[in-house]
Amino acid sequence: MAQATSPPDLTRETADPTARRYSVDAAGLGRWRAGAFAAPALLLIAIFLVFPALWVLYLGLTDYRLTGAAAADPKVVGFDNFLSALGEPTFWNSTWLTVQFVLGSAVIGQVGLGFTIAWLLRDRRGPLKRIVEGLVILAWILPSAVVSFLWVALLDADGGTLNALLGTGDYAWLLEHPMLSIIVFNTWRGTAFSMMLYGAALGNVPPSHLESARLAGASGWQQLRDVVFPHIKGHILTNLLLISLWTFNDFTPFMITAGGPDGKSEVLAVHVYKVALQSGQLGYGAAVSTVILLINLVVAVFYLRLLRSKK
Amino acid sequence: MGLRRRSVSVVAVLAASGLTLTACGGSSGDGGGGGTIELTIAQNAIAGGKNARAAEFVADWVIPKFEAAQKAKGKDVKVKFVPSGVDDEQYKTKLSLDLKSGKGADVIDIDGIWAGEFAEAGYIKPLSELAGPEADSWEGWAQIPESVQGLATYNGKKYALPIGTDGRVLYFSKPLFQKAGLPADWQPKSWQEILDTGAKLKAAGVPVPIQINAGTAMGEATTMQGVLPLLAGAGAEIQKDGKWAGASQPVKDVLGLYQKIYGGSGLGDPRLQQEAKGRDKSFQQFAEGKIGILLEGDYFWRGVVNPKDGVAKMADRDQSVGYAMIPAIEPGKGIRGQDFVSMSGGALRTVNPNSKHPKEAFELLAFTLSPEALKEETKNGNVRITPRTDVNKEILAGEPLLTFISEKVLPLTAYRPPVAVYPQVSVALQEATAAVVGGKTPDEAATAYQQKLEGLVGGAGNIAS
Repeated sequence: MAQATSPPDLTRETADPTARRYSVDAAGLGRWRAGAFAAPALLLIAIFLVFPALWVLYLGLTDYRLTGAAAADPKVVGFDNFLSALGEPTFWNSTWLTVQFVLGSAVIGQVGLGFTIAWLLRDRRGPLKRIVEGLVILAWILPSAVVSFLWVALLDADGGTLNALLGTGDYAWLLEHPMLSIIVFNTWRGTAFSMMLYGAALGNVPPSHLESARLAGASGWQQLRDVVFPHIKGHILTNLLLISLWTFNDFTPFMITAGGPDGKSEVLAVHVYKVALQSGQLGYGAAVSTVILLINLVVAVFYLRLLRSKK
Repeated sequence: MGLRRRSVSVVAVLAASGLTLTACGGSSGDGGGGGTIELTIAQNAIAGGKNARAAEFVADWVIPKFEAAQKAKGKDVKVKFVPSGVDDEQYKTKLSLDLKSGKGADVIDIDGIWAGEFAEAGYIKPLSELAGPEADSWEGWAQIPESVQGLATYNGKKYALPIGTDGRVLYFSKPLFQKAGLPADWQPKSWQEILDTGAKLKAAGVPVPIQINAGTAMGEATTMQGVLPLLAGAGAEIQKDGKWAGASQPVKDVLGLYQKIYGGSGLGDPRLQQEAKGRDKSFQQFAEGKIGILLEGDYFWRGVVNPKDGVAKMADRDQSVGYAMIPAIEPGKGIRGQDFVSMSGGALRTVNPNSKHPKEAFELLAFTLSPEALKEETKNGNVRITPRTDVNKEILAGEPLLTFISEKVLPLTAYRPPVAVYPQVSVALQEATAAVVGGKTPDEAATAYQQKLEGLVGGAGNIAS
């Protein structure tokens, strides 16, 4: 027995160092050369990501302003900015509007519409598919300033295209339904990403599985639920993670409603711009940014955990 | 990568302004080779857009004449104009970021009311520090009235040269008044008369009888062409003897008037106050004959409905646009016991402390305010009230509205307090009007305003009760 167990022990001991060396130094460069390779990237990350983030943390603790005496000589005020942000109704209003914006335009709008288009076009070839995909992608790649202008022209009360089409006179869509307007806009704007991602994901579902399900008499919905979804679960979560965070931090609504009327479409990104740059409260704005950063981290960690547990 | 970039982008944008602090300052007017001095001059004016005439004047007259004059002195100076054509609030944000990062044009235009906060931030400096004794001995000072000099003065030091002053009046559309059977020489004597006139206009089918700016979208235009003239009419100044006007009766009276106009009476259009481009639309609608009465400054006459180059041209301006003084709530109830009130402001022009050639920049600055430049600028129907009495005497003759303002309105006008916290108080006032337009009662809006004001001015002790 002792002899029988010793060979595997030996193998393990001889194999182990090699394995460790592989995991530490796969390319065989050695610690210093590998460090030199990674240094430029790490330096860029430090300058453009880590330093600004730390700087914002610091600014959030001061009464720094864009103009006035506090611009020349900011004072550290501790957690005052954070406390006043958390006690400020407009901040919570913006947070709630952002949640609506993310759920409405990203989770329901872009994922729903993107998946639907990808599913409907999965087996199609030819001009129809190319035209639909082309139009959806066009909405995605046009510059924000251009599409915002087009949407204002579409929804404007005075001579807007939508009113002309529906014959609704001078109905002010952007004032009566500001959140709905930017949710529909952002759904239109961002669906392409989800559509392409799901299009690629659906291509990975083995046709034989779908075929067997059909032979077993599964309905369309049952095929989706029992064959397709289990295959693309990882894609769905990754997609949700990305577009939730993008939408959460999206500033384009500003170009359509400017946060108005009366703060009714002032999502957090717009709120920060307004308090920090328009009202000049850079310190307070930095504190709100820090809170946004934390919310983003929580959302990211939530999705990543979900993703890991599925695997 | 996209994820990382985006999730921190908000943070990064904010931090950028901080980063630039550490960056070394450098003027945009870098000197070129061969002894050429390059200067830049910036205004919120752009050819074919906002304040087009001012932009053209700088490009077509100031720059060539100034360069020629310098050449005659043996200096090779090149001047470049940096245009903008945006809302004043955006111009201010851009300018403050420029100045904060040690950049910006050599000669810049600012609103008089920004002087305090810019000076405290160190973004502008006393002219004599930058340009030397020439700044204090400038020949123009003797021609500028004390009150107008006050616009450019902060803590007893002159930070800029005033470009001019202005006044606010009630404009009305004579054709609409005729339709409603109202007189062409209308002059209301109380707020009630304005409301009654509005009701008659409404009965005659005028879509928007009264437009008095409200809400936050219009920014300072709400405060200056709305709250403050009305507040003066209700007998209060926004700041008097160091104490700010809180939720006092005059403030409630003002908010009450807003409620009477926008709270469902149909006398005003609440949507114009809420839209992102509401003020521009109000200009357009007045020019199209949809607005009966409009409270605006003389800029409206000169720059908006100007038949030649306004942003909402009215070919028949001189015949169809009437104007009247702004009445107090009731005769004798305005500030200083006046029957009529107004508010005045004025823009300033100064030398950027980051300029590499401050002396030449001051020469350019002074040149734009020389009598010959002002006369040239105000030629051909482009008259405005300049800071210089010697020039005004000549150019205002034959300009009915500006003569009206300089003779009737300026003697009873008031100025905003030149303190750094004013712009924040102004925003609080705008928010109070926005709340009323949005359906809150004047009392609720006044209470919320008082609360915000206490946070801004350092407690209830600095608020007049």
